Amino acid sequence: MENVRTKQAKDGWNWLWAWANPVKFMALSGKVLPWAIGGTVVTLAVGLIWGFFFTPEAAKFGSSVKIIYVHVPSAMMAINIWVMMLVASLIWLIRRHHVSALAAKAAALIGVVMTVIALITGAIWGEPMWGTYWAWDPRLTSFLVLFLFYLGYMALWAAIEDPDTAADLTSVLAIVGSVFALLSRYAVNFWNQGLHQGASLSLDAEENVHDVYWQPLVICLVGFSLLFVALLLVRTRTEVRKRRIHALEMRERMADA
Amino acid sequence: MPDLGKYAGAVLSSWAATILLVALVIAVSWWQSARVKRKLEAAEVRRKER
Amino acid sequence: MIALLMRDLRLSVRAGGGFGLGLAFFLIVTVLVPFGVGPEAAILGRIAPGILWVGALLACLLSLDRIFQLDFEDGSLDLLATAPVPMEGAVVMKALAHWLVTGLPLTLAAPLFGALLSMPAGGAWWMFLTLLIGTPALSMIGAFGAALTVGLKRGGLLLSLLVLPLYVPTLIFGAEAAARGIAGFDASTPLLMVAGITAGSIALLPFAAAAALRINLR
Repeated sequence: MENVRTKQAKDGWNWLWAWANPVKFMALSGKVLPWAIGGTVVTLAVGLIWGFFFTPEAAKFGSSVKIIYVHVPSAMMAINIWVMMLVASLIWLIRRHHVSALAAKAAALIGVVMTVIALITGAIWGEPMWGTYWAWDPRLTSFLVLFLFYLGYMALWAAIEDPDTAADLTSVLAIVGSVFALLSRYAVNFWNQGLHQGASLSLDAEENVHDVYWQPLVICLVGFSLLFVALLLVRTRTEVRKRRIHALEMRERMADA
Repeated sequence: MPDLGKYAGAVLSSWAATILLVALVIAVSWWQSARVKRKLEAAEVRRKER
Repeated sequence: MIALLMRDLRLSVRAGGGFGLGLAFFLIVTVLVPFGVGPEAAILGRIAPGILWVGALLACLLSLDRIFQLDFEDGSLDLLATAPVPMEGAVVMKALAHWLVTGLPLTLAAPLFGALLSMPAGGAWWMFLTLLIGTPALSMIGAFGAALTVGLKRGGLLLSLLVLPLYVPTLIFGAEAAARGIAGFDASTPLLMVAGITAGSIALLPFAAAAALRINLR
């Protein structure tokens, strides 16, 4: 017993694992949430207003360059959220922290919405650029595939009754899915390099180093990240509560039996 | 409103779609949170009454 | 393990075992496409490799839930879990059985069905080759998907939703390899990628599938 306690005291990641205990998680997240919401509102307001009203027209894109302020952050989040789900799934499989599994489950809807935003804004932007609403541009196509992976993940969670089994199976799916998602990205790039080089929509950092556009973009990126954190906390808290309800109902059923 | 020129439709519709979808996910998450909170309080009350 | 393989093969060939169903479905899809797209030989010939690949993929999908479902329902899967055979080996054998009964017949039939789609000369060989290398991957990936959903009643639609995105790389490289080969271009890159996916799937997915089965058997 003594050894376990000193080991935990020495473990530098203690501050992180404090969130693993559901009760502690609820307490901590409750305190952090108002700040996350406040931060989100401020950064999104500043970033979006700056980007929309106070940026000039760009050489190639005209005023459509302003679309980057919604397209790039959402696309970034779509991918980062999937990575977060993968990491959370691994933590669940290895350390069996329920909060981690629930966080992965909670993140999925946010990720789907970000993916859809990236797809829609990408398609809308593509229309004046390519003359068509949908072009099988490698990046857009990869996001379409990512959308399908998200759907499958959410569908699997919904289909399985036992929460722990669902957590385990969706975690395995997240791992295998991530490998195939990466493979798909490479495959799609290969598939569309074919005869003509489609113009990629994203503005590279190198290509677009001009501070005029970059500064509000960074603020929007931070804003979308904070939005994700705030929503993740709200949704994970909901999942933790759902789990408690499930446990209470199980106990009721046992007592009544 | 800045002069968006010929891209006005694209810029406005993409921003509108984004704001709409973000509002949607916020609303859904908040509504789910409120509903589950109520159910939990009811379950806790039932537990205390035993 | 061989005994397991023979047992599965025998079960699927018996009446109601689903043998031939995949092939029939493949044929139907091949016949439906000209109805949807028009009978013009030039168009059909150009899209033939892709149509055949998609058709083969969908036909594989049909019999996936049978890989584990029947054994799960009658308890044989539990016995398998406790048997001296490693679960991963059992998974490979079951995927192999699926391939022999579904993937392989499709691979052999594709050149024939290609004729219905005015596939250009040389297409027969390239369809055969790419499907031969790629369909084992489809069976193995499908087995993983089946392992995930084995506990679910009517999990067929969910199984498709899970497996089809996983099929995307195999489909892209397989169809690309066939199209390039037929056109006379160098098809080595996509062909190697398909081979790589098949090899990787067979090497690694059995572990994921076995893990999923153990989770479902708890």
